[in-house]
Amino acid sequence: MTAIVLYSMLTLGAVAAVFATILYAIARRFAVEEDPRVAEVEELLPGINCGACGFPGCSGMAAALVGAADEGDISTLFCPPGGNETMTTVGFYFGLEVREGAPTTAVVRCGGSVGAAPHKVRYDGHTTCAVAHATHAGESGCPFGCFGLGDCVDACDFDAIRINGETGLPEVDPERCTSCGACVTACPRNLIAVVPRGRRDRRVVVNCRNCESGAIAKKNCSVACIACGQCKRVCDDIVQAITIDANLATIDPEKCISCGQCVGVCPTNAIVAGFKPPPPKPRKKPAAPAAPAAPAKGGAQ
Amino acid sequence: MSRLPTFAIGGIHPPENKITAERPIEALPPPAQLFVSVSQHIGKPAEPLVERGAAVRAGQLIARASGFVSANVHAPMAGTVKKIDSVPDASGYRRPAIVIDVAGDQEWESGIDTSPELAADITADGPGIVEAIATGGIVGAGGATFPTAVKFSIPEGRSVDTLIVNGVECEPYLTADHRLMLEEAPQLIVGTRLLMRALGVNRAIVGVENNKPDAIAHLSTTLEEAGPFPEGRIEVAALKVKYPQGGEKQLIQALTGREVPSGKLPLDVGCVVSNVSTAIAVYHAVQKGRPFVERIVTVTGKGLREGRNFRVPIGTSVQALIDAVGGVPDGTAKVVFGGPMTGKALTGFTVPITKGSGGVIFVDESEANRGHVRGCIRCSRCVTACPMGLEPYLLEKLVNAGMWDQVEREGVLDCIECGACSFSCPSNRPLLDLIRLGKAETMARRRARS
Amino acid sequence: MTQPTLVVSLPPHEASRVSVATIMWSVVIALIPALIAGFLTFGIRSLVVTLVAVAACVVTEHFVARVLLRVETTPVSDGSAVVTGMLLAFNVPAGIPLWQIIVGSVVAIGVAKMAFGGIGNNPFNPALIGRAFMLASFPVDMTTWPTPGAARLFSWSVDAVTGPTPLSLVKEGGADVIASGSLPGYWDLFVGTIGGCIGEASALAVLIGGVFLLARGFIVWQAPIFYLLGLAGVTGVFWLVDPAAYADPLYHLLAGGAMLGAWFMVTDMTTSPMSTKGKVVFAFAGGVLAAVIRLVGGFPEGVSYSILIMNAFVPVIDRHLKPRKFGYGGRS
Repeated sequence: MTAIVLYSMLTLGAVAAVFATILYAIARRFAVEEDPRVAEVEELLPGINCGACGFPGCSGMAAALVGAADEGDISTLFCPPGGNETMTTVGFYFGLEVREGAPTTAVVRCGGSVGAAPHKVRYDGHTTCAVAHATHAGESGCPFGCFGLGDCVDACDFDAIRINGETGLPEVDPERCTSCGACVTACPRNLIAVVPRGRRDRRVVVNCRNCESGAIAKKNCSVACIACGQCKRVCDDIVQAITIDANLATIDPEKCISCGQCVGVCPTNAIVAGFKPPPPKPRKKPAAPAAPAAPAKGGAQ
Repeated sequence: MSRLPTFAIGGIHPPENKITAERPIEALPPPAQLFVSVSQHIGKPAEPLVERGAAVRAGQLIARASGFVSANVHAPMAGTVKKIDSVPDASGYRRPAIVIDVAGDQEWESGIDTSPELAADITADGPGIVEAIATGGIVGAGGATFPTAVKFSIPEGRSVDTLIVNGVECEPYLTADHRLMLEEAPQLIVGTRLLMRALGVNRAIVGVENNKPDAIAHLSTTLEEAGPFPEGRIEVAALKVKYPQGGEKQLIQALTGREVPSGKLPLDVGCVVSNVSTAIAVYHAVQKGRPFVERIVTVTGKGLREGRNFRVPIGTSVQALIDAVGGVPDGTAKVVFGGPMTGKALTGFTVPITKGSGGVIFVDESEANRGHVRGCIRCSRCVTACPMGLEPYLLEKLVNAGMWDQVEREGVLDCIECGACSFSCPSNRPLLDLIRLGKAETMARRRARS
Repeated sequence: MTQPTLVVSLPPHEASRVSVATIMWSVVIALIPALIAGFLTFGIRSLVVTLVAVAACVVTEHFVARVLLRVETTPVSDGSAVVTGMLLAFNVPAGIPLWQIIVGSVVAIGVAKMAFGGIGNNPFNPALIGRAFMLASFPVDMTTWPTPGAARLFSWSVDAVTGPTPLSLVKEGGADVIASGSLPGYWDLFVGTIGGCIGEASALAVLIGGVFLLARGFIVWQAPIFYLLGLAGVTGVFWLVDPAAYADPLYHLLAGGAMLGAWFMVTDMTTSPMSTKGKVVFAFAGGVLAAVIRLVGGFPEGVSYSILIMNAFVPVIDRHLKPRKFGYGGRS
């Protein structure tokens, strides 16, 4: 009896010793030296691994920050979801200057709701935007418009985009949006952009990406930008934030002061603002009669 | 009865529905306006040469090939250039096109022989024939629309021993090539001889599926009467009916037993494949000086009282074809441009006929919608059907999961997009939709890598 | 221009008429000859057991899908639960208490199928899981075999007369039984006047159903044939070595669930490999396993376990045995 106990102990002990040696050898052989600061910096980051900073996940960003800090300058790096708060903490950790970034959010730049851009054909394929884009120009006929099939919704890890059942368009919740840019990549029509949120969400966006000539665009969608230039004319007197290129008006968010004048003059309601725009100032000729109001604001909220 | 040759892997048997097989080719009433797209081929769009308001003669060059892989575009009919505009293609995306108001009198460009007599004496040599093909703006009329002159310019140091003429027309419904083989066999033979001369081969095989016995018999007798030819031997081979026999790789295997290696061209196994309508277009271009300005289009559908095979000037809108058959039949919910297995669903009727469009098919509401998508039951029907030996169910899963490296490793780029997988799926899964997405993504990744 | 609202999708614009329901109901039709054979051999009770199993499977699937998971499946009309119910009933003795077959059905559908995500996602054959569960839970009732007899066609009670199955004869009796020549003849095994499970009565009836499926193109011939080859091969070697102690391969093919397993369970779409090559390996290895279990294992019958074990290997087989790709050389 004692012999059995003894032998068992010896055998198991020997096995344990052998494995311990192997484990030790492997641990030594493949040990990875890591700068302890990387782990500490990673703690300061939001930890959502969204990739918006341009690095693979938060640990990649942390490593990049440590590397940049050794060079003495981390002002080229920024964490969009963490925003200024996170970056201030990181700057404090390294004792270095950080870049100030305005808070941003994703916006969907299409107002082609079911009402504004009536469907002419019915899509019957796989229900992703990517396949629909390869199949046809769109149920309304607009080859730049939103399909409303929700590739952006699927791409969002933060439940910040939902399809509005009434308009059929995706809507971004700026409170949840981390500006990670996953939806920007997911959209096959490049409709989503990350823009500065604006103070108290007072941002003004051209809610259209259609580059066709005005007549054709208008045929498919009542809230299309027809590049008439009214908005540019009002803005030129104020801050010159609007440019018109390839049949499409674009607002430079850096210059825009969210005065909302362009919103009022747009004849197709293609410009939307996160606030009630002021009545257009009477200047020169009054704007062309506005098209029937369409639920076009959906895209920007 | 000996077993007819066919390709080795996969294949399906969709219902043939060749409703218009007995209808002779008819001329379409001349349309009032033509929308001649400048990108009717694979490659760079042609550059327009005419201005708004210019008068053009039929057969006049109106847009010149730009770059190596491109093709000339000619005015299909005489008239005035109304504008250079964009018109929607089958998917609804706009493409640049030259709009021509058709004139009352049809005056042809000088040097074009419009007489119906057969010109069987070949005077041109190989390079001269390729030159004439390029000038005539000829592209693969079977649907691929690859510029024919490029295909027949064999690179230095490569050799070809067999010309294959594709008379399979394995797509259901379409009968354009079938009618051409019956009605223009002598022209087809001269065209084939021209192509043989261009390649410098002494063997040509016309592959025809056995569901067109009249075409096989007619071609054989015509060949016997016309031959022998100085270029070499032309055979007509009957093939077992199986889709997608008209796929280049499948047809080469069926006729010669050679297997085109993955990622290679037919040229790598010593073959060049050309469609029958392309061969006839080559005959017209070389022997008659007549460029590629018209093609045969089958207008058909189960709901249509009378399907027709029309000779249609390139640039005619689908609407004109619909008017010619008495309107869209009641209950139509989908109109397919091309064959039902590979063609596109139209988004509107203003779409013009291009060099590659072989059919307009009206699909009834009862067949227009895809069935309810259910879960994969691993029945392996898609695996059995795939003529390239791929595993569509797996590719679908991998694409859905975004596992692009594995998608590429599983051979997604070998897919010929024949649609056999989606056709056979009992759960109506969108297999080909996702495989095409996977192909596009893989191609983009390859470009990004290099 | 009047234009109807057009439907737009990518090609192909044609689809075959074969749907999941077509396939499943064809399997049901293919199982009917075996059901008739079961009825003629074991009486009305076999029909009742089958009906109860089918009903229990359908109700379970419907309950799990609609009430628990709230997903859009159509358990009744796609017929897959009906197939599972029939196959489960075919794998139990006709005398089984009805509550036991209900428990088995709930396990088959609830645990082996729906817990994995429903049709198409179950790694193991649900009917066989149900059977394995019943065999472990109710070993006595599951191995109490009613003696066949056409006289008792409409008699409810089958508990009174029970007897051995052809396979338990050779397993338990061994050399003595084989030497005595008291085994059922091949004809009895083929046409079906022998004891056993409901679906095992007649190899002929199963074969009729199998050939029907083959003709419809829903199964490939390689699957059943290689399964039977594997079984016959191993039992044949044993028989050649010692004919006195082992039954001959033909006996093994015709007795027990070999035919039912080969034609209806090895060929189950969801739980078998995708490529034909894979199916051959899967089936052959299954046949070998079945023979090994029958000859040297603890049970007289090894068909269900052999298939369940091979089910576990399907992902590995799928990964390594691919169909021949066009353009990579090799023979088809």
